[in-house]
Amino acid sequence: MTAREEVLARIRTALGDRRPDVEVPRGYRTTDDRPAGVLLDVLTDRLEDYRATVLRCAADDVATTVGAALGAALGGGWSPADVVVAPGVPAAWRPAGAAEDDGRPAAGLTAFAATLTGVAVAIAETGTLVLDGSPRCGRRALSLLPDCLVCVVEAGQVVGGVPGGLARLDPRAPLTMVSGPSATSDIELQRVEGVHGPRTLVVVLVAAPYGR
Amino acid sequence: MSAVFLGLPTAPAGVGHLRGDRPFPAAARDALRDGQLRANLGRATATIRAKRAAVVGEVPDWEALRQAGAGVKRATLARLDEHLLELEARVTERGGTVHWARDAAEANAVVTGLVRATGAGEVVKVKSMATQEIGLNEALAAAGVTAHETDLAELIVQLGEDTPSHILVPAIHRNRAEIREVFARTMPQFAGPGDAGDLTDDPRRLAMAARAHLRERFLRAKVAISGANFAVAETGTLAVVESEGNGRMCLTLPDTLITVMGIEKLVPTWRDLEVFLQLLPRSSTGERMNPYTSLWTGVTPGDGPQEFHLVLLDNGRTAVLADEVGREALHCIRCSACLNVCPVYERTGGHAYGSVYPGPIGAVLSPQLTGVEDNASLPYASSLCGACYDACPVAIDIPSILVHLRGEHVEAVARERRRPTPEALAFRALARVMSHPRLWRAAQRAAGLGRFLARGRPTLPAALPPPASAWTRTRDLPAPPARSFVQQWTREHGA
Repeated sequence: MTAREEVLARIRTALGDRRPDVEVPRGYRTTDDRPAGVLLDVLTDRLEDYRATVLRCAADDVATTVGAALGAALGGGWSPADVVVAPGVPAAWRPAGAAEDDGRPAAGLTAFAATLTGVAVAIAETGTLVLDGSPRCGRRALSLLPDCLVCVVEAGQVVGGVPGGLARLDPRAPLTMVSGPSATSDIELQRVEGVHGPRTLVVVLVAAPYGR
Repeated sequence: MSAVFLGLPTAPAGVGHLRGDRPFPAAARDALRDGQLRANLGRATATIRAKRAAVVGEVPDWEALRQAGAGVKRATLARLDEHLLELEARVTERGGTVHWARDAAEANAVVTGLVRATGAGEVVKVKSMATQEIGLNEALAAAGVTAHETDLAELIVQLGEDTPSHILVPAIHRNRAEIREVFARTMPQFAGPGDAGDLTDDPRRLAMAARAHLRERFLRAKVAISGANFAVAETGTLAVVESEGNGRMCLTLPDTLITVMGIEKLVPTWRDLEVFLQLLPRSSTGERMNPYTSLWTGVTPGDGPQEFHLVLLDNGRTAVLADEVGREALHCIRCSACLNVCPVYERTGGHAYGSVYPGPIGAVLSPQLTGVEDNASLPYASSLCGACYDACPVAIDIPSILVHLRGEHVEAVARERRRPTPEALAFRALARVMSHPRLWRAAQRAAGLGRFLARGRPTLPAALPPPASAWTRTRDLPAPPARSFVQQWTREHGA
């Protein structure tokens, strides 16, 4: 008997002939009908709680805002050549002179100081960005190796809770859920931001800024 | 129905880390004498309890999520064979290879063979309870393969030649000063004289030392080994939930990924993850969401490892499944909330439990995986206060399983010795007395003796003669009241 046959036989022995259908009670919230403006505020609050930087801008202001964010994160002497961009990021978001991911071996991405990507969906309640490996999000190593990650989120991509977020995703895509910069609580359970993943996370929210 | 009678094999002895060298009370006694350990644990568990309470408190439908989590796990186990076959088909379709392992030894052999086939002499590892359980690192070392643990707490444990004492934070028993000492002593970057001079015990500084230590290893690794928090049967998707990014490094950069997963980590549908991705982070680290969750299905061309192996591990789980009461322990999602709220764990720490699964969940899981005779003291390592049940995000009734296992243990001992234990005799006598009114009244009158022994104090003295001393040494036995309830009732209302 192979291991496969034997483990399956053990399971059948353990369960016996009775195979009751189990109904899963799903009394939890699966939708969130709060207005879009509230969801953006919740998302901002959660991300800032994780020590991410959140900047809001209008649709025609993305590249400028991204440039300002990079300047703040990388310091005054930053150069667009230090920034790598996922191949599907719209031209209007890119700082002039930024490099596009050329598919080099992943270890080569450590040469860049920062990465710019879009997201597939953002979950307000948990402050989560989901990257799905699409051209706009890039391959997984891209959002991992450079020390600063800048993600552009469009207002229409923001959902309230986790159920709404997962429903928008393709389970077969390589998905990365990002909630703040990398962190650890392994020393006396005190949270420290920044371990192996990017130590700086900047989120550019494309939505009419306050007061407009 | 008990696993013993179905003859399903438990986790074999001699491999892996499910059995301690000593019974719990002996190990606990030593742990309790360690003031530093108690201070470290007390501070850490108090911190995490407060964080968890705050983020759980802000979720209005927490109880509904808990019940959904329990329901999904029940549904998984009720058709476990069908779900596993579906998972296997989906993973295979997407270019992965699925392996099955009856026990720890077989899983170790499969993984070692896979690593050898790549020609790699070292692997990077994502923190995984399953690979701790089966002792994979030792098996790899025996085959000449070096395993680098990459989770910060696992790294602390590995460099300090220590053993893990907590499911989520394996180095919870170490404080920052002790961790600094381990790093300064073992990390090559501090090998030169004076190199460790600027290494302080600031957690941020220590985390940066770990980053520097592991960076090069991530970039050169050809093979990674991980566990899995969840696997979705209908899509073949695997999930690893983490914080530091070490998981992403391992799951993304090497050419080959080997994932070892207990057969119970499955969920039937994609939608089921919406429940657990809410329950797990809030219960484990006390965060609304953990920094990184990676989800992948087989192999994605041009993105991540191009060779993927999934090892499905039994190692006693089917024996647990056969016990209709005990199988609820297989619902566990390894959040460690039960450890953090347990008054016993907080005082003894995890090493006293002898198994990689400490605390309340360990006390019900380890004895079932090994057979209760190999971990006989663990079902008693609890005051049955029930805090673990309240904290459990999938509502595992740990106290009831503990009582159930105590019963199994007592019966097993009685069968083996062919005579009952003193405790069993005492309770048998009590049952007889309580089911005969005349005996009961006589016994109540005899309770006056207890009042005499108490000499007016609220509890009986601890120094009762044996065998009663085995109980009273660690328990306060209240002095019997002047009159029983029945006597009082008769007095006030007539017979």
